[in-house]
Amino acid sequence: TPVDTSSPASSSSLLNRLQLDDDLDGETRDLFVTVDDPKKHVCTMETYITYRVTTKTTRAEFDLPEYSVRRRYQDFDWLRNKLEESQPTHLIPPLPEKFVVKGVVDRFSEEFVETRRKALDKFLKRITDHPVLSFNEHFNVFLTAKDLNAYKKQGMALLSKMGESVKYVTGGYKLRSRPLEFAAIGEYLDTFSLKLGTIDRIAQRIIKEQLEYLVELREYGPVYSTWGGLEVELSEPLEGVSACIGNCCTALEELSEDMTEDFLPVLREYILYSESMKNVLKKRDQVQAEYEAKLEAVALKKEDRPKVPTDVEKCQDRVECFNADLKADMERWQNNKRQDFRQLLMGMADKNIQYYEKCLTAWESIIPLLQDKPETK
Amino acid sequence: MLHELLFSSSKKMEDCLAKKMEITVSEAEKRTGRNAVNMQETYTAYLIETRAIESQSEGQCAPVDSLWRRYSEFELLRNYLSVTYPHIVVPPLPEKRADFVWHKLSADNMDPDFVERRRIGLENFLLRVASHPVLCQDKIFYSFLTQEGGWKEMVNETGFQLKADSRLKALNATFRVKNPDKRFTELKHYSDELQSVISHLLRVRARVADRLYGVYKVHGNYGRVFSEWSAIEKEMGDGLQSAGHHMDVYAASIDDILEEEEHYADQLKEYLFYAEALRAVCRKHELMQYDLEMAAQDLTSKKQQCEELATGTVRTFSLKGMTSKLFGQENPEQREAKIKVLEEQIQEGEEQLKSKNLEGRDFVKSAWADIERFKEQKNHDLKEALISYAVMQISMCKKGIQVWTNAKECFSKM
Repeated sequence: TPVDTSSPASSSSLLNRLQLDDDLDGETRDLFVTVDDPKKHVCTMETYITYRVTTKTTRAEFDLPEYSVRRRYQDFDWLRNKLEESQPTHLIPPLPEKFVVKGVVDRFSEEFVETRRKALDKFLKRITDHPVLSFNEHFNVFLTAKDLNAYKKQGMALLSKMGESVKYVTGGYKLRSRPLEFAAIGEYLDTFSLKLGTIDRIAQRIIKEQLEYLVELREYGPVYSTWGGLEVELSEPLEGVSACIGNCCTALEELSEDMTEDFLPVLREYILYSESMKNVLKKRDQVQAEYEAKLEAVALKKEDRPKVPTDVEKCQDRVECFNADLKADMERWQNNKRQDFRQLLMGMADKNIQYYEKCLTAWESIIPLLQDKPETK
Repeated sequence: MLHELLFSSSKKMEDCLAKKMEITVSEAEKRTGRNAVNMQETYTAYLIETRAIESQSEGQCAPVDSLWRRYSEFELLRNYLSVTYPHIVVPPLPEKRADFVWHKLSADNMDPDFVERRRIGLENFLLRVASHPVLCQDKIFYSFLTQEGGWKEMVNETGFQLKADSRLKALNATFRVKNPDKRFTELKHYSDELQSVISHLLRVRARVADRLYGVYKVHGNYGRVFSEWSAIEKEMGDGLQSAGHHMDVYAASIDDILEEEEHYADQLKEYLFYAEALRAVCRKHELMQYDLEMAAQDLTSKKQQCEELATGTVRTFSLKGMTSKLFGQENPEQREAKIKVLEEQIQEGEEQLKSKNLEGRDFVKSAWADIERFKEQKNHDLKEALISYAVMQISMCKKGIQVWTNAKECFSKM
């Protein structure tokens, strides 16, 4: 997390603290959301974690300037589904994985909870950044309602203030050919998620190898100590080497932990993101297919000047809106992706540099010990 | 003869051969020949080059003499030295077969890396012998360095093999000796434990090297995937591509790092084998001490026999005593003859015991002097080895920092 030491009141430092992207072009930010303070709840039926969601805003759509609510993963999942439903032409950011293999991962371990918290925080921030999604009514309720469950129960009965809910026809129509620019996006996403998958596997393999290296190092260091016990003059130097190797073990452990907690989850998030984006592309294809089919049906009618009925016109509108929204979102996504990966990979390099620096310090500090002339006994 | 050898250790370092002569094992060559049972075999021959170190005279250099020797001849030389100077901790040879290998290193004796490391080890051996105050004066050693033909015959003519103590005899002595010098007993324990701890260290170090190799090499995969990924990116492409290159550099760097570390492993191995040489000196002491104890025991029993015959009393049970009681004692003449023989034997025994005692004390004295010399050498060498190991680790860390800093810069340009 970049730490800004300028006065907390200035908006730029606030921006840095909240890790928002920097392509605002003078747009004044008027909505800030943070996820923090995980707490464990133990009930008769289940045990679960809630997170505090804090909102600060000057928008008219919000009754108060500040809100603080508690939400659990289920609630984030509900929000995402609602967004997908109500904003089908837009790319909805992904959530961290819902299910974790029992016995392999401890759902209540500090590391797991922290990893999840970071991902949920990122999820809300991406929505906050989005010029359309951030005004979504469900998002508003999510941030503000004291009792979200009551709102959830109302469900379909609530009419959207944004206009009639747009229902999209699923299935039935087959698109002849995807327009070039969307085909290109599709191909890009395919290759992109493939490469990310490879990187994920490599990173996991490295962590595995590092842990096996660590196991051997843990046996190696103490042998120098045992040897030191046999010697007189060499006792201190050998002990020194043993301690040094111990320090390197600690540094390596920290590196592997960091990679597991900070690096891998972000990779996986982007793989999920790509998958959901591919689904949106397919939906766009559906909408275009429907329009083309209906248009063709009209053209086949044996009339001299077939009048384009209103529902076909609506389909055309839909296609054009969808294409526009998607293109805008793709551009936004590309920029965010570039920032995110830049930060992720620089972070990976940083962690490795820190590891080597710790080891360097350890070895440099024992050189004088090794070179020491023993006092005449 | 041992007596003479023991007192020649008072020579100063300046007289050492190493100061007068430059010795190198400069080359190794594969040869084929016929062995003792006339079967064809391949072996490696090593070129020993020697040159007299003369005082500078207008930059003139003495001519270089050279001859080829194979490993078995080095072994023969060492065996000769061990038997001829049992009070000296004789420098060890580099290992016969590759041991403590980590997976990438070959265990094949013909492997060029192994041959190269052995060449260095053999040179080290010769230099150790040449700088030893006692060993460097040995004529057989000198001939080994300078006489091409007939050296083997010369060694065998010394008849040293006959002087060698049998392993069985030595083992027997170890178990039965009653009063060995405490310092040697402690030293024996020390050398056993040293062997054990260094073997353990070498084994684990080999495993550590193996794992470290794996970690570095997997990073090479990043190089390839970053390259492939950069192909579909616009602004991010260049940064990814060049970062990938640095990952390849990182993966490749481990080969040199681990090869350098082998040198450290060899330094440890030398002292692993030195522990065995130390043990050999302790064994010799036990043997001599046991021999002494047996001679003393024998002398005591003969004196007793003599006394019994003279006084006619039987103090201890003996078959002869019993039979003489049962079948009647000998006549005075026979007894006189026996006493005379025993008296002669006793006198001989006493002289022998005296010289054995003297030999034993001299052995302990000069062996202990060489052991002190060895201890100092060991402490110095191992300290140097640890320092060079730390330096290697520092170098590895610095390389790591460099590569990742370069990669970070590439990522920052994405």
